Amino acid sequence: MSHPQAAAEFLKDQAKAKWHDETLWFVRDKRDRISKTIPEWEDLRNLASEIKDHTLSRLDFYLEEFEKNALKNGIQVHWAKDAEEHNRIVLGILQKKDCKAIVKSKSILTEECHLNPYLEKNGVEVVDTDLGERIVQFLHQPPSHIVLPAIHLKKGEISELFHEKLHTEKGNEDPTYLTQAARIHLREKFLQARVAITGVNFGVAETGEFVVCTNEGNADMGVHLAHVHIACMGIEKLIPRRSDLGVFLRLLARSATGQPVTNYNSHFRSPSPGKEIHVILVDNGRTAQLAREKFRNSLKCIRCGACMNTCPIYRRSGGYSYGSTVPGPIGSILSPGLDMKKHSTLPFASTLCGSCSDVCPVKINIHEQLYEWRQEITKTHGELGKSLSMKVASGIFKSPLAYKISGSLMRSALKNLPKSLIYHPINSWGKGRNLPETPELSFKEWYKRNRS
Amino acid sequence: MNPSTPHIGLFIPCYVDQFYPNVAIATLELLEKLGCKVSYPLEQTCCGQPMANAGYERDTVGTSRHFLEVFGGFDYIVAPSGSCVLHVKEHFPPIPSMEKTQSEVHNRIFELTEFVTDILKINRMEGTFPHRVGYHASCHGQRGLRLASSSEMHISPFNKAKKLLENLEGLEWVELSRTDECCGFGGTFSVTEEALSIQMGKDRLEDHQEKQVEILTGGDMSCIMHLQGIASRQGSPMKFMHVAEILNQAIQ
Amino acid sequence: MSSREAILNSIRGIHRDLKPLPDVPSFGIKSDLVKDFTTSLIGNKAEVMDSSAFEFWLKSSGMNRVFSAIPEYKSYSTVTLPKDPHDLENLELAILEGQFGVAENGAIWLDDNQLPHRAMPFITEHLVLIVPKGHLVENMHQAYQKIGKDHAGFGLFIAGPSKTADIEQSLVIGAHGAKSLRVVLV
Repeated sequence: MSHPQAAAEFLKDQAKAKWHDETLWFVRDKRDRISKTIPEWEDLRNLASEIKDHTLSRLDFYLEEFEKNALKNGIQVHWAKDAEEHNRIVLGILQKKDCKAIVKSKSILTEECHLNPYLEKNGVEVVDTDLGERIVQFLHQPPSHIVLPAIHLKKGEISELFHEKLHTEKGNEDPTYLTQAARIHLREKFLQARVAITGVNFGVAETGEFVVCTNEGNADMGVHLAHVHIACMGIEKLIPRRSDLGVFLRLLARSATGQPVTNYNSHFRSPSPGKEIHVILVDNGRTAQLAREKFRNSLKCIRCGACMNTCPIYRRSGGYSYGSTVPGPIGSILSPGLDMKKHSTLPFASTLCGSCSDVCPVKINIHEQLYEWRQEITKTHGELGKSLSMKVASGIFKSPLAYKISGSLMRSALKNLPKSLIYHPINSWGKGRNLPETPELSFKEWYKRNRS
Repeated sequence: MNPSTPHIGLFIPCYVDQFYPNVAIATLELLEKLGCKVSYPLEQTCCGQPMANAGYERDTVGTSRHFLEVFGGFDYIVAPSGSCVLHVKEHFPPIPSMEKTQSEVHNRIFELTEFVTDILKINRMEGTFPHRVGYHASCHGQRGLRLASSSEMHISPFNKAKKLLENLEGLEWVELSRTDECCGFGGTFSVTEEALSIQMGKDRLEDHQEKQVEILTGGDMSCIMHLQGIASRQGSPMKFMHVAEILNQAIQ
Repeated sequence: MSSREAILNSIRGIHRDLKPLPDVPSFGIKSDLVKDFTTSLIGNKAEVMDSSAFEFWLKSSGMNRVFSAIPEYKSYSTVTLPKDPHDLENLELAILEGQFGVAENGAIWLDDNQLPHRAMPFITEHLVLIVPKGHLVENMHQAYQKIGKDHAGFGLFIAGPSKTADIEQSLVIGAHGAKSLRVVLV
């Protein structure tokens, strides 16, 4: 389904669409308010942007540095070219440990690699432990938002689901009650798991450590009880220095949810005695994006989700309308690099309003990249008709005479055509909007009569 | 008029020329009242924005070259549209052998309110406009040309249009719940993403309607055409005016 | 060629101009550290108290399975440290020391030296962190200056109790980790 179709579908349930918009606006508003309590907010955005620009300009060096230091600390480092190799590495570790069940905290990278279905096909039970992710996992859905995975669901739907899966009371929609039920259910999983998987928020080259941030504490519950911790990390997650974390941790939670910091920010440097930590460094299209100069700095993304919360399109069409692992504005500039044909409508699912770029904590010029992707997509996937009409239009505007003729033709056509034709359902403008009244004279005609 | 008075080329976006001649007239008259020497070059056409935003910037070389030829000789170029000015500044493809003109035009083209506040250095308008006014910040003007501070950023608040309007006698400036949310016009977006476009427009209108706005104004007729189209379909009594029309009427 | 070499080579093959790495200033503004730290923690749904209020609470809390890593409160310990953290499953209260706190966000730093088991602050039902008033910094930049090049295998900032808002954005305290955080300023 293309984005316009999916969006139209989402908007059919007007009450729910309005709720979705208002709920995410509430998050953005919280972000606005907390960012304005930090006098140096814009300086922090500049610093974060520059640190990431620098890191990308020396990414090979920092990757080697990170690996060297991580190995020194007793962390095992793996490299994966693509999703398939990443999944094989994870499975290999599990098989070596004869492990049939794992717990996993939030990791967009493992979503991108479709790790869960791969492991399940190979006989491994995967339990997503973030509450929102567990909810969508029960429903066999992907997350609809990278920070708020179940934001598209109402508590009534979750209550129904938990009644079926966790035998909670029918009709009890109290979020505290439902969360408590999930706590009991997941605690059992935590206690049994021998391998735990996490994502990585930041990898620090100078120390070889990596940082994982959660509010629920689910990442830590998993890894500290398990024997083996597998951390899946995109190669763009690196930062040079430990002190850079000061900049990024100040920005991340404030941008994501409007809170001053996540409640748990864990720095993993060495495994506990007798235990193992594995880091998998994953490319999966990232070096290809690095090579695209115009789109390179999309790799600066720290996955805060602020561009989704602020996006007037995302708020009114929902995460699934994008059909990509990362939805919203940032997804629309990352996804075409992975599969341009599949995601060709995404860069057009925007008014280029620019709110995403102004909210971005690492100052990715998201809306400008949307514009640039449009230029790329029309080269290879332009619909012939659209392409042709644009060429005609271009021909008209190049020539004043042609423009004048077509302009007055247009005006007289609009004046004389029956309303039923203008407002025909196939005319997208007229479906929900009236056209402007057509004036007697164009400005040019007026000017010639009155000024020249 | 003093011969050293700078010569302004009036750039009227194509759809304003065709559908909103009164906005163009108001812009011209306003600039003249403020003592400017203004000419409207008759050979002008469209800036090429609809094509470029649809992904065909590469097909706009001819249009852009024509624009530079028409406007290259003026001291300033002024348009009652943030969106079209932004396009000329940011999205003209490089035009071979016209590099100098292109960079001059880039530095000399202004949206109307920024021209009045930044070049004419007028920070206050005297006049009367006894109405309750809601202001729609068009995104390209707001975040593209920085005609007003965007609500996402932690910078001192400013709004160039508000500066010109707020001192008019009787004008009530309405604060909205969402000060700078997009209206959903977005050029071809308005037809390719029709459902979303309409929803965004309705939501934006609702913010103004809830606050009993009598006249909705803004610096871009494209956004206003979209909002007015929805309001008129709803049978809403709200009136719509370009900022130029309000100012020109107020300072008779 | 290994995947490692393949990835590194493809990066090396991309022309990139070196961009400078900026210095990060510490951005401090003189503030009332205790007041700001307390306000931040309360905002994060933690409780802040002094040691006498804490002891009063502890005596009347009715907690049966308590572990204190801090000598002053050893007498309240009823649980001996197990070898396997899984055996902490029914721990009701853990009393740990925080190295220092951050005023701007209420975050408290601990590392392996304060953690008898890395799992302890998560698996316990309730958590108490003892933080000396003299060990507060203004913001995260100063926090990382304080951590410096310290080499602990594991360290973390805790800023509040375990929480979630995954159901309709309603805040619920006590997701998977500790259901409460009490911070005792001494």
